[in-house]
Amino acid sequence: MSQELLRIQDLEMHFPIKEGVLQKTTGYVKAVNGVSLSVNKGETLGIVGESGCGKSTLAKTILGLLKPTSGDIFYEGESILNYNAKQMHELRRNIQMVFQDPFSSLNPRMQVGDIIAAPLKAYKTTKNVKQRVQELMELVGLKPEYYHRLPHEFSGGQRQRIGIARAIALEPKLIVCDEPVSALDVSVQAQVINLLEDLQKELGLTYIFIAHDLSVIKHMADRVGVMYLGKVMELSDNDSFYQNAQHPYTNALLSAIPLPDPVKEKERERIVLKGDLPSPANPPSGCVFHTRCPRAQDYCKKNVPLLETKEDGTHTVACFFPIEHAEQIQN
Amino acid sequence: MLEVKNLKAYIDTPAGIVKAVDDVSFSLKAGETIGIVGESGSGKSVLALSLMQLNPSPPTFYPQGEILLEGKNLLHLKEKELRNLRGNDIAMIFQDPMSSLNPIFKIGTQLMEAIRTHQNINRAEAKKKAIVLLKDVGISDPERRMNDYPHQLSGGMRQRVMIAIALAGKPKILIADEPTTALDVTIQAQILDLMKDIQKKYGTAIIIITHDLGVVAQLADKIVVMYSGRIVEEGKTEDIFYHTAMPYTWSLLRSMPRIDTSSRERLIPIQGQPPNLVSPPEGCNFNPRCPFATADCLKIDPSLTERGVGHYAACILSEKIFEEGKLQLENFETKGVPL
Repeated sequence: MSQELLRIQDLEMHFPIKEGVLQKTTGYVKAVNGVSLSVNKGETLGIVGESGCGKSTLAKTILGLLKPTSGDIFYEGESILNYNAKQMHELRRNIQMVFQDPFSSLNPRMQVGDIIAAPLKAYKTTKNVKQRVQELMELVGLKPEYYHRLPHEFSGGQRQRIGIARAIALEPKLIVCDEPVSALDVSVQAQVINLLEDLQKELGLTYIFIAHDLSVIKHMADRVGVMYLGKVMELSDNDSFYQNAQHPYTNALLSAIPLPDPVKEKERERIVLKGDLPSPANPPSGCVFHTRCPRAQDYCKKNVPLLETKEDGTHTVACFFPIEHAEQIQN
Repeated sequence: MLEVKNLKAYIDTPAGIVKAVDDVSFSLKAGETIGIVGESGSGKSVLALSLMQLNPSPPTFYPQGEILLEGKNLLHLKEKELRNLRGNDIAMIFQDPMSSLNPIFKIGTQLMEAIRTHQNINRAEAKKKAIVLLKDVGISDPERRMNDYPHQLSGGMRQRVMIAIALAGKPKILIADEPTTALDVTIQAQILDLMKDIQKKYGTAIIIITHDLGVVAQLADKIVVMYSGRIVEEGKTEDIFYHTAMPYTWSLLRSMPRIDTSSRERLIPIQGQPPNLVSPPEGCNFNPRCPFATADCLKIDPSLTERGVGHYAACILSEKIFEEGKLQLENFETKGVPL
């Protein structure tokens, strides 16, 4: 068994909705609603879901940027929720983040060298900051001569490389990537994905890779989890996930991705989900997916399905009526 | 029906003249769907806005070319004639349905305004038509939805309203500029289905602009691939995907992450960055990133040549050299055979 790096247990993050002059709390947006996950050392855990499913909120709680309503987060076996400021400071050295938007996540008035040097200075890890920054720039495929340039002089892909250099500067163990390639063009997207994979091999990194794009996740992740309205619906290792998806929502997601192949595209069956995502302030009773599920029964409206382990031991599904092998739609 | 001939749309910027659309020709038949594919900065949106004459001018100007709609050249129309054309002949939907709807008016009001701009009818009749349109674009309970403001609708619903507004004047051509890029995949599937239904029902020709080759594989009859302001390949959808004749298209297809490949397969990116449009490279615009570029590619600026029936590509390499090059490159990548 590989070693566990991070474990999230029954995590809930509810945001109060305040209304009126007295700002009375009238309800809660249940962004993350009972999520349990674990991440092993050296692996990539992919988390997919549509907008509003709570995947970014999950990322923020892992980084300690939000204090969860309930549940617990363990890093190397130790609960991090009650850490004091000093302990948190030490922890952040080990958990870093790469953001989606390479434009707003870099200070436009700072030179690239200073942006990458910021974490080195904050933690005083090395005396020779400039040399280390140039090493980092080379590592992510930027010319060290660009040290004094400003972010606006770079293209989207290059800026994402700057963000990655900053994230790996302190040699963290875990990097949370929140939609790191979704703002990039296809040809550049592939460059950044390959860079992240190379760095993982070279530096032994662990990734939590959050994306809405199931095809990117397929190329990146060792294990994949699907979220819907703050809950994990299916979690499995990569092969089993794509070949043997059992949750109706996962199947709908997979069939909705247009394939860049006109003949396959015409031949395959597509499940088009009806309606929109329900509001996380007022999630449906029972299984949260029942309002859009093509397989929903009355039973699903009243009972909440839990993540259950299926035959092979690595595949977990939260569904009362999972899709059996034979009836699965071939992608 | 629509014919674009040698169109150039340049933008005058402080850094110099940007050749956003450079000598582009294509044609669209009634009821056909054409996909315009390219990365950001390839000029696809400027081209689309040119068709509606919606590029701010200045700084945009058209040094050359014709846009012929049923024989009329749109570049020579007066503003009044253009207003009449927009919505009636050509309508457009945009990427971000939030910023294209007015947040302070009810969607019913906005839809009725669009209807009454194009047809001389009273409010009550316009309201009836608006309800029918909302129903046609798949909005349930349209009578009640008429009174909703844009912020009360989800992204997918807003895009449906935008399509309803675009259809208000019964246009012959619908231009969709990245209509599903801001939407989730399950909602994207709904909107793409809707566009197919609309085409069947109204017989509208569609120009869909996107960076997603999957979307055009599903929707388009014909595809135009753009790179740095030029058309680099053009042809029937099947030809573009299965008989790719231009190294850029081929590299782009290869670089896409797909769900129908094996897990954790390594992606093959296109090296480098898209060119600067103010000072594009000498010769072929793609030569700095092309894995097959020869010394001639640095000198000769290729024009579109015929590769099959209705299939054109801009590349000076012969088919034989391109095929051999692909094989060599694949052998190198999979088996390590030196180039």
